[in-house]
Amino acid sequence: MRILASPEWRLAIITVAVFALMAALSPERFLSEGNLVSMAFQFPEFAILALAMTLTMMTGGIDLSVIGVANLSAVVAATLLASFAPAGIGTVESLPWLALAYTSALIVGATAGAINGLLVARLALPPILATLGSGLVFTGFAVALTGGSAVMGFPESVAWLGNSRMFGIPVPLIVFTLLAYALHFLLTRTSFGLRATLYGANPLAALYAAIDTSKLLLRVYVISGALAAVAGLVIMSRANSAKADYGSSYLLLAVLIAVLGGVNPYGGRGRVIGVVLAVLSMQILSSGLNMLQVSNFARELIWGALLIVVMLINTVDWSERRSKQPEVQGKVTGESS
Amino acid sequence: MKSVFNKQFWTRNETLVAVVIILFCLIASASDPRFLSATTLTDLLRASIVLGIFAIGAMLVLISGGIDVSFTAIAVFAMYVATVLTLGTIPSLPWYLIFTLSILIGAALGALNGLFIARFGLPTLIVTLGTLSLFRGFLLTFVGSERISKLPPGMRDFSRSMLARGTTESGNFYALPLAFAALVFVVVLTWFILHKTMLGRSIFAIGGSEESARRIGINVRATQFFVYVYVGALAGLAGIIHGSLGRMADPFSLVGLELSVIAAVVLGGARLTGGYGTVSGTLLGVALIVLVQNSLIVIGIPSTWQSVAIGLLILIGTGLPAWQAKRAAEQAA
Repeated sequence: MRILASPEWRLAIITVAVFALMAALSPERFLSEGNLVSMAFQFPEFAILALAMTLTMMTGGIDLSVIGVANLSAVVAATLLASFAPAGIGTVESLPWLALAYTSALIVGATAGAINGLLVARLALPPILATLGSGLVFTGFAVALTGGSAVMGFPESVAWLGNSRMFGIPVPLIVFTLLAYALHFLLTRTSFGLRATLYGANPLAALYAAIDTSKLLLRVYVISGALAAVAGLVIMSRANSAKADYGSSYLLLAVLIAVLGGVNPYGGRGRVIGVVLAVLSMQILSSGLNMLQVSNFARELIWGALLIVVMLINTVDWSERRSKQPEVQGKVTGESS
Repeated sequence: MKSVFNKQFWTRNETLVAVVIILFCLIASASDPRFLSATTLTDLLRASIVLGIFAIGAMLVLISGGIDVSFTAIAVFAMYVATVLTLGTIPSLPWYLIFTLSILIGAALGALNGLFIARFGLPTLIVTLGTLSLFRGFLLTFVGSERISKLPPGMRDFSRSMLARGTTESGNFYALPLAFAALVFVVVLTWFILHKTMLGRSIFAIGGSEESARRIGINVRATQFFVYVYVGALAGLAGIIHGSLGRMADPFSLVGLELSVIAAVVLGGARLTGGYGTVSGTLLGVALIVLVQNSLIVIGIPSTWQSVAIGLLILIGTGLPAWQAKRAAEQAA
């Protein structure tokens, strides 16, 4: 039973169980190659947002502006492509334009992240409030830029990021895998990751350990913003358009996946592998429910219920740990609130 | 009452918001003289009823040290279920009984939030994000997803009752619905609970420091539970008022408004870290948000910039005091 004590193992079991359940309920359709491939195209966009959420939650923060950042970055890239790139150009001629658009989107994302970082680190605003306000501002800029309508009409090469395959593997899946590995490496193999985790576990201790917490938080939110921009570009490629209100349901989903993946929302604990497993189980559940003709509303219901149930299960474990080290736990929550 | 010459008075959120509101009205009436009229006033008051009731509830949660984003889902759930139940059983039910039903449903859903938060100690944002989609998903999947425009007669009667009505000198019609009295009632009741009862002191205390509150003998769980039930009940009231005034039970409405409400409360000076918040500040915050939502165009800003304006207001309104507090702390150290 010791295997159940680790959230990652618990999740692996849940993922396999959900997969087996869906495969048993509708084997010929769920296990078809078409379905498996379409799942691999669907999840990377919100999974990348979940990675951004994971990183900020590790520091005891949260980034509620990811959707706003993703859409603003995509709208900027889309506007560049749609209004300045010559219409009807071939793939090769469109590449410089694509590079320009993607770079601008990443710069927009990183800048937005830097603004969040400054608000959290320099002004000492609670992350919920800072990213809530900035998220409205970013969404607002996207609305103001587009007048609220979708931006369309790109060169065909835009479709590559979201819709094509390399060596038979969907490109968005490759992008997600690389980013997930990069985040895993960053969190476990670099001093930045160690400091971010320490800050999340106990901000005061991090300060006393002579960590430049302002710089640390700034970097965390810049990375989060850049990840959101990548997600925005994938969404833009898949939708072949960009709009200020795409993916509004992804915010809850990103928080849900991070929490489901065993990231402690109070900070200091979380592993990328858990988040990846959570993504997989969510996508399997989502596709399976889709096949069983369950409505979108019921999916919302199940996500909400799942979020709370997972939190409940995780608390059972924490309370056991808490009873062993009451003082430490008390300090951690006291500082992060 | 703090003196006008006191430095503290000028750095308070309430003062800042009030100054912004006055400036807004001055610019608006300069660019369009028709802005200063009974019609505009009653329109804005009418728009602030539902937002105001929500905001009072959200303020209570912030004071207690939590955050609630599920109240819009509770409101729409309570409103829709109360309407459907009334239509299905006794359509001729008087409005106050329909309202009571909606308030009770809201309180029950709030109790569910309270259970997870007070009993199991889960983070409030995560729980209410979860219940937001739980309640909404349940409503749309199992109760219904159709707009009902044929409301029970009781609700229509309510929407026709007015506190004041008349015609301005320039011939414009104005009317203030009875529902405004509900906002006044909620404001007075909440002010009374917060400042005249032990319960109110407990809410401030657990928001200030949960551990200290526990050590001086406050029942933290019961207090938290009360807060979420009360907020649920307020949401039920706001929901049924929204349905009655709009003369339509729309299961897709209201959800999405929660960020504007929290913006209003935070602008009014309530702190996300808990332990601080005032009814007057919250009402000023509501007034500012309603002005921005309805009259931005009058001062020459296109309404596509509305969300930017609200976002900037939140960041400035909360960033300024936070920055001042940080500077004060650094000077003291």
